[in-house]
Amino acid sequence: MPFIPHTEQDVQEMLDTIGVSSIEDLFDEIPPQLRAGELTQVPEALSEMDMMRRMRERAAQDEGALCFIGAGAYEHHIPAAVWDVTTRGEFMTAYTPYQAEASQGTLQLVYEYQSMMASLMAMDVSNASLYDGASGLAEAALMAVRANRKSKSRKILVPGSVHPSYRSALNVIVEAQNIEIVEVEWNPSTGTTLIDNLASFEGEDFTAIVIAQPNFFGQLEDVDALTDWAHAQKMLVVGLVNPMAMAVLEAPGNWGEKGADIVVGDGQPLGVPMASGGPYYGFMCCTSAIVRQMPGRIIGRTVDLDGKPGYALTLQAREQHIRRSKATSNICTNQGLAVTASTIYMSLLGPDGLATTSGHCYQNTQKLIALLTSIDGVDKAFSGHNFHECAIKVPAKASLVLEKLAEREVLGGFDLGVNYSDLEDVILVCVTETKTDTDLDVYKLALADVLNEINS
Amino acid sequence: MLIFEQSRSGRKAFAQSPSVAADLSGLPESFIRKEKPGLPEVSELQAIRHYTNLSRKNFSIDTQFYPLGSCTMKYNPRGALAAAILPGMLNRHPLAPESHSQGFLACLHDLQEMLKDVTGMKGVSLTPMAGAQGEFAGVAMIRAYHDARDDDGRTEILVPSAAHGTNPATAVMCGFKVREVPVGSDGDVDVETLKTLVGPQTAGIMLTNPSTCGVFERRIEEIASIIHDVGGLLYYDGANLNAILGKVKPGDMGFDVMHMNLHKTFATPHGGGGPGSGPVAVNERLLPYLPTPIVGKDGSDDAPTYRWLTDKDIPETIGNLSAFMGNAGILVRAYVYATLLGREGMHRVGEYATLNANYMAKKLEKEGFQLAYPDRRATHEFIITLSKLTKEHGVNAMDVAKRLLDYNQHAPTTYFPLLVPECHLIEPTETESKEAMDEYIAAMVSILKEAESDAEMVRGAPYTQPVKRLDDVKAARELDLAWKG
Repeated sequence: MPFIPHTEQDVQEMLDTIGVSSIEDLFDEIPPQLRAGELTQVPEALSEMDMMRRMRERAAQDEGALCFIGAGAYEHHIPAAVWDVTTRGEFMTAYTPYQAEASQGTLQLVYEYQSMMASLMAMDVSNASLYDGASGLAEAALMAVRANRKSKSRKILVPGSVHPSYRSALNVIVEAQNIEIVEVEWNPSTGTTLIDNLASFEGEDFTAIVIAQPNFFGQLEDVDALTDWAHAQKMLVVGLVNPMAMAVLEAPGNWGEKGADIVVGDGQPLGVPMASGGPYYGFMCCTSAIVRQMPGRIIGRTVDLDGKPGYALTLQAREQHIRRSKATSNICTNQGLAVTASTIYMSLLGPDGLATTSGHCYQNTQKLIALLTSIDGVDKAFSGHNFHECAIKVPAKASLVLEKLAEREVLGGFDLGVNYSDLEDVILVCVTETKTDTDLDVYKLALADVLNEINS
Repeated sequence: MLIFEQSRSGRKAFAQSPSVAADLSGLPESFIRKEKPGLPEVSELQAIRHYTNLSRKNFSIDTQFYPLGSCTMKYNPRGALAAAILPGMLNRHPLAPESHSQGFLACLHDLQEMLKDVTGMKGVSLTPMAGAQGEFAGVAMIRAYHDARDDDGRTEILVPSAAHGTNPATAVMCGFKVREVPVGSDGDVDVETLKTLVGPQTAGIMLTNPSTCGVFERRIEEIASIIHDVGGLLYYDGANLNAILGKVKPGDMGFDVMHMNLHKTFATPHGGGGPGSGPVAVNERLLPYLPTPIVGKDGSDDAPTYRWLTDKDIPETIGNLSAFMGNAGILVRAYVYATLLGREGMHRVGEYATLNANYMAKKLEKEGFQLAYPDRRATHEFIITLSKLTKEHGVNAMDVAKRLLDYNQHAPTTYFPLLVPECHLIEPTETESKEAMDEYIAAMVSILKEAESDAEMVRGAPYTQPVKRLDDVKAARELDLAWKG
């Protein structure tokens, strides 16, 4: 019996202790008409060997292409040590550290994580994680409404240049709370939100604005101007950032005069594999002033009976298991193991290693842009600066170009036409430190070949 | 010692990042970070040694019996991990085209089909990332259902007083008022009172069955009729699905919508607090509202092709809850677990989980511990109440839990459900051996004697852990949430 250790003798002794004659008797309180029959859609068991054979075949089906897709999930080198240590049973098979004395490993690690993430974002505090970047943005919106007591509107400004899936998840999650998401237009030549785009909202009561850096198009926003504008309007500023980019770009805590109030994003770039979309984790940081409005687990440093330092879950009075219907969020389980990996990743990279890695993402992207735009009819879709993603305009439908690139084992990027009808000929291309000059040439040659085929 | 205290300027793991600095000259100064982040500067070995040593300060399933009630801390098969980290699985981009996704999609589709079968439901969406997000999706679907019928007076969700805290918190997030339903002294919902609480304002009820009292809700069919008769829907909180896996299907009990905790019932690792995974399953009437994405299958069984179903296929969907496909890697692990168990193994989960819990309950009772529901069958978990010990010796449920750590046993869930005083909620799971449970029981017996002879000692436990009891008040009052150097 897979994973069940009982011998026949064990079962008999246990039944004798209970005072019943069969396991079946233990289900005698369940009305007989409710008892399930055969499971018809669950196949017979496979051994681990046979299962692995099947899984190797399936995994191999999806392997081998050169990937230039980003759009919220990024391929980075992950040091071998990261998951080797993360998958130690003591981390991987523990649960939420309710018994602090027997969980100091996880608790200290998360305290270190909170310290690293707060510092990377130049914010005061961080929580222990949320599910992912998109649901994290929704939690940030809910938090902003609780935290900004001066605003009565429950309205939040969100630029159209924020990740479309993030915006739709945000809508789904906050909809029932009577929170209104108001979309801000972006400038079609820069692909960013300009103060001009915000002028019409001036003087109106908004709770918060979301500022993405870089934004979904990979473009760099003028975060200082946007932050100061929003603060002058008495809004809270929610920064939505890629943590890898923050090793090179100015961190949200330093935006404008006062810095962002809440920062969220997806922690995946820091040592978490792409793995088809998860598990990743949402990170969330904020200023000390509003920490009691933060959702999710938070770890604090304290002392034990002997005065020795130790770590424990704290501010639990915000949480669902204590406050029930009055909790700041319904979140319970978070993404602890992904956070474990990120903590080890940040320790191994350090401030300089992370900055170099981040810098190479930028540099490689610039190289690819130069290569691709040397092809006739291929150009950058927007002016201005970008980090490691760039919207590239091609002289054909993006969907067709991408399909033909995939036939050549190049996953060329994300078709922006899926979400933006004006951008049907624009591909969002991503390059990280993992790509070599040869890889970039392969992309260029494949794209030239595809465009030739389409135009001939 | 913190990793930061081992940091020395200029030290790093040289093999892990490019050796030459990048050319950032194209970036205007105004965008560039001025101050380095305060990350540690340590060697590769220092980092590994530090985190390996930290891991040794944890209790875990791999190292200890971990009978945390309602959390189903069962063995997490290593084969599931091995399969999920095959390069083709690990390196697949979430937005890779379907032409480069057939292997992954096949796993997800197979899992959807199996979950439909074990739940007795008509449709499954795998995307919610934890139980609480599954609850959110489920209650949002209930809301969408009533909205679609212009039935807009339904403002209340009923929740038993013994429910998990996530239930009322979820109902509020979905815009409902919460009305509590009392639980009787036998652990079942008080059906007579329930009848007085329902009406045209009832959107639905959220129930766990077996309940958090560790007993099977015997009048579930009657409850279903009461709710359905007034036009409400039934939500099944799948936290306790392990008790009835392969034995009873929630769909057959009258539930309309439910979530499963794959990190409980399907043995994916708890990870020190996550990631979990909380797929939702629905019956016919909620099919149009399932969250996206879902995996669809075209073609014959011999030559199937798989594709993503989105809001174009499911126009009334409540929408997406994450950027991509939720905790995809956890879904792969759950699929592998189900494959290794197979049909027969699935039936055995509920059987042996129930056998173990009843064995422990009966044996503890024989040793003088008081069961909260002595006249009931235990399900996969059961409750003891230590009120007598608290009254007679001043040793409470938390003291006993802490003392268990000194016996190298992880504590059970304490003080939950709230309605049983000084309680331990104990869930052994099917993967524990009789010897492991006997050791735990022996520890409990020993602690009982200690409490009688030296209560003060028990109140000071634990003594063998890296730290003694921590000052939670100081932690909350003098907040120290980040190392400041």
